[in-house]
Amino acid sequence: MTDLTLTMKYRPDQRVDMSPITCDKLAGLDLAEIAAIELQNGKRKLRVDELFSISGSDVGKIHINNSFSKLDYIGCGLDGGSILVTGDVGAYLAMDMRAGEITVSGNVGIYAACQMKNGFLQVLGDVSDFLGSALPGNKKGIQGGTVLIKGNAGDRVGDHMRRGMILIEGGTGDYCGARMTAGTIAVMGETGRNIGYGMRRGTLLLWQQPKIPVTFGDCGTHTFSFLPMLFKTMAKFDSKFSDSSQHFNRVHRYGGDIAGIGRGEILVRVGSA
Amino acid sequence: MIINGVLVDHTFAEAFSMKATRVVITAHTEQWAFNAAKSMTGFATSVIGCGCEADIERYLKPSETPDGRPGVSAMLFTMGAKSLVKQLETRAGQSVLTSPTSALFSGIDGGIRIPLGKNLRYFGDGFQTSKVINDNRYWRIPVMDGEFLVEETTGQVNAIGGGNLLILAESEVDALEACEKAVLEMRKVPNVILPFPGGVVRSGSKVGSKYPALTASTNDAFCPTLKGITKSELSPEIESVMEIVIDGLTETDIKKAMKVGMETFCSIGAYNGVKRISAGNYGGKLGPYHFHLQEIMND
Repeated sequence: MTDLTLTMKYRPDQRVDMSPITCDKLAGLDLAEIAAIELQNGKRKLRVDELFSISGSDVGKIHINNSFSKLDYIGCGLDGGSILVTGDVGAYLAMDMRAGEITVSGNVGIYAACQMKNGFLQVLGDVSDFLGSALPGNKKGIQGGTVLIKGNAGDRVGDHMRRGMILIEGGTGDYCGARMTAGTIAVMGETGRNIGYGMRRGTLLLWQQPKIPVTFGDCGTHTFSFLPMLFKTMAKFDSKFSDSSQHFNRVHRYGGDIAGIGRGEILVRVGSA
Repeated sequence: MIINGVLVDHTFAEAFSMKATRVVITAHTEQWAFNAAKSMTGFATSVIGCGCEADIERYLKPSETPDGRPGVSAMLFTMGAKSLVKQLETRAGQSVLTSPTSALFSGIDGGIRIPLGKNLRYFGDGFQTSKVINDNRYWRIPVMDGEFLVEETTGQVNAIGGGNLLILAESEVDALEACEKAVLEMRKVPNVILPFPGGVVRSGSKVGSKYPALTASTNDAFCPTLKGITKSELSPEIESVMEIVIDGLTETDIKKAMKVGMETFCSIGAYNGVKRISAGNYGGKLGPYHFHLQEIMND
């Protein structure tokens, strides 16, 4: 049984809601039924086979080829299985994902891993704003699982993050870790302004010295024994995060945001510029 | 059964069901991990007077510990689940939390989860934070030397306590030296502890006493100074008897430790004063586990 492969035939002008295409939702459907699924496209609906040529039958492993930046909600609510996307994707990638694995070869739009519950999301390119955040008005962003970004991320990474781990090999925009409640965001590259704004708890683990907001207190340099344990969990990834030369247990700690409850922390690798 | 002149009695050690847990203590150096573990497992020879039986199981290399530092594994045994929770929490709080550079982790993955750092975290007075790593929650409690890292729970499993060996020797020195050698070998067996000082107990007891307030008293049948005035188990040449008590996670673990111990006694031999190996029991009426010495040696 080969993987279910959806190859885009053309690029529609309007955005496409891909949320019906997940491993769990397609379980038990034959190819004809999958072909007949209707996807919201702007104000009209498109059959899957209008938009994609379909091959393979294993719905536990879905490939989406020739993807582009108007395919939204890929892997939304995914509850097991894997989705491999070749190309770029739109907004709300892996939103509310519960289990399984998603890999995207290109760049990703806003609100990726938004309110994600568990599972593994890997993006080989860049992601836009609100990675791992809560939808506007909601109080819980990503609540579990791991997100690995090989490129850069936009503003507001982990806004209202509740649990889980976001790993970014590149840098981030402004307000990284804003309003975080818990969890870990690790960033190897540069971070923007107002890092940890309104942060309640959680950890921002940085390889480069950020501009520390005035509402964070300098707690000095320390050695933490939980850091090697955290890095050990990253060893399984095909990533710079698995490179032991990038690992450390000695950090400069800044506590905050003391404009709020101030139990969050920014940990900066000692010796970073 | 006689091996190298040592008589192995046709008898059995009688043991009881217990609850047990294992923890891993790490620190900046092995010595400081040991200091914490020694304190945590101190005054824990017998559940009768100490509330639990505990001992260091073995030293751990940095590659064997969760945080990559030198460590020690220790096990605690009690008669019931409630007392295990209480003893663990008290001892972890007073002996490990307090010990410089220490960290405390679960040493048993399965079993019923019982609090380890779950309540200790409140020592942090609101400054404590947690990290979930590989689905396990760890508490980071700020302390004066930095941070005390403690896993939220550890595993409680069913276990067995009270496996034992009695060594009957021609002199006190012969008994002691034989026990020292046996303890050294028995402590290499995983999943067992020997909770008495140095692994050896010289005050074996029987159930009951002439004094109504006491539930146990000296095992006069094995006291060499009473040979002539009580119903003694000892032959004339026996001048000293010592006991090694073994608590373990399974019957197999205890059998392994007992066999290693008996083999050591037998290798020392009667020529060096070790005359007989026996075991303590209550006629088989109290404990559900019976470890027959000769069967173990024949296995």
